[in-house]
Amino acid sequence: MKKGFPFASVMIAILAGAYFLIPLYATFQFSLQMVRGEWSLAAYRAVLGSNVFLATLSFSAIASFTAIVLGALIVVPTIYWVRLKLPRLRPLIEFLSLLPLIIPPVVLVFGYIRLFGSNSLLPLTTSDVGTNALLVVGYVVLSLPYMFRAVDNGMSVIDIATLTEAAESLGASRLRTIVSVIFPNVRSAIVSGAFLTFSISLGEFVLASLLNRPAFGPYLVQIGQDRAYEPAALAVMTFALTWACMLMMQIFATKKPGTRLLPRFRFRPAKEMPA
Amino acid sequence: MNFLRIAAIGKSFGQNHVVKDFSLDIDKGEFISFLGPSGCGKTTVLRMVAGFEAPSAGRILLDGADITGVPSRQRNIGMVFQAYALFPNMTVFDNVAFGLKVAGVAKSDIATRVDEMLRLINLEHLADRYPYQMSGGQQQRVALARALAPRPRVLLLDEPLSALDAKIRVSLREEIRAIQRKLGITTIFVTHDQEEALSISDRIVVMNGGRAEQIGAPSDIYNRPATRFVASFVGTLNMIEAEVLDPNGTVRIGETVVSLAEPIVHRGPGEKVSLALRPEAGAVDRAEHGDTSLPGTVVSTQFLGSVIRVKLDVAGHRMSFDRFNAPDSRLPNIGDPARLHFAARDLLVVQD
Repeated sequence: MKKGFPFASVMIAILAGAYFLIPLYATFQFSLQMVRGEWSLAAYRAVLGSNVFLATLSFSAIASFTAIVLGALIVVPTIYWVRLKLPRLRPLIEFLSLLPLIIPPVVLVFGYIRLFGSNSLLPLTTSDVGTNALLVVGYVVLSLPYMFRAVDNGMSVIDIATLTEAAESLGASRLRTIVSVIFPNVRSAIVSGAFLTFSISLGEFVLASLLNRPAFGPYLVQIGQDRAYEPAALAVMTFALTWACMLMMQIFATKKPGTRLLPRFRFRPAKEMPA
Repeated sequence: MNFLRIAAIGKSFGQNHVVKDFSLDIDKGEFISFLGPSGCGKTTVLRMVAGFEAPSAGRILLDGADITGVPSRQRNIGMVFQAYALFPNMTVFDNVAFGLKVAGVAKSDIATRVDEMLRLINLEHLADRYPYQMSGGQQQRVALARALAPRPRVLLLDEPLSALDAKIRVSLREEIRAIQRKLGITTIFVTHDQEEALSISDRIVVMNGGRAEQIGAPSDIYNRPATRFVASFVGTLNMIEAEVLDPNGTVRIGETVVSLAEPIVHRGPGEKVSLALRPEAGAVDRAEHGDTSLPGTVVSTQFLGSVIRVKLDVAGHRMSFDRFNAPDSRLPNIGDPARLHFAARDLLVVQD
């Protein structure tokens, strides 16, 4: 039977696309109208020329990178161990990893402040370094569902139990197995999780604001209250950055070892050799 | 003295006893196959030898030393897995070099040894390939080279041919045997394929329900199966029941009295005994074949090209025999009377 034109599906796709793209385009157009009567990039120049912009962006970038490294160091060995030795604990670990989606960041940060405030046994909030550490840990927690899922998916693709046994039968210690065999084979999954972590924590507001850190999220809110065109330019730039992250994630997630980033450089699969 | 001794090992997972009182002595350079159906415990025994599972009972001794509690990474036992288990992030060269790097071998020596191993499996031209760029047969050969590179004391092969297609299976099993003979490495090969086990082993261990049912040379296992299970699992077998007239070897099948070549152990006169006859040991309506004959009725015939399979009802038992096709031969009709001819010495007494 010949299929008709999928009218309903196409309409839904157009509506959904319009819902997303029209406000984005409107924001972009508004960001170009800073100079009255002409299109210009003045709003972008103003943003990029601001020291506060660069300072807050680099602060958030460093905090995000630290969160990525810490998150990977916690998540990868945990998932590896649970999959290898404690598969019955997997539902529990999965549930725990999803908690940050249920518990609002504001609850998390008030918990931190109570636990690590000036009256506590470990008064982290009394120093800059301590508060920064709390912020990073908070980012790790917020990105846990994404990092967990990305790495867990990565590990489900490779047979970690057999690879571990293969490495051990060749004399490798557990640490060497993780470093030489497991980590490289889930690298693309870790990178995917890392880009998600980066895009979440870069513009994060609640934790940074309530911990009073000079981060990019509070700067975005602040400038939104004070200025008209710059926030629009910032919104467009943040979108572009997030999309770049998604693109990188996609490239790394589908990249195979021994191939360049462009698909035309891939090897052809070998044919069976007559024995 | 035996090189590898598996002494009364057992393995239980909770209440489930997967391996029971399994013992085996293996000489240096021997090629042993563990043959049995799924769940018979053959892979579990192999994994205990590799060190991936700890035995619940018994000991494993390698070259006189007790290795029961030694971690797998310190055993120097090579293993080839059903699913290849090549490291996907490494090239063929790096996969084969892995064990040598772990052992701290000098870089130049690693290159020499890897080249030697790749020449052994005829894949020296694919050293820069990644596993996903190779066929299953090539990957399994690389897995073999990787396992052999660090000069292991024992080589374990866990159903290495199961994931390959029929043609590659045959050629690769011959290659594995040739390499094993060349290197003289003590090898245990796990398979559920009787043809594989019969064709490449020095000895076969037929396993069932966690126990070794019979250990012997392929011809012994096939020609003189010790139990009904071995008889039915290894090759096709026709089973027939007989009544013991004299434990020295006289039985009655239907109305015919037959003298066996061997005495019947553990059975007295009047008791039933199971006898087995290989399909190739019997002939239908060819009086010149053998010294004994039994009357029967044709139940079915199948024309299979070069072979005609005739099923007979003999004394209430269905028995199947093949005969070569000849252009002028006539297919027997269903219901025709027929005589089954065989040599009495080919009748096997099977223990239940």
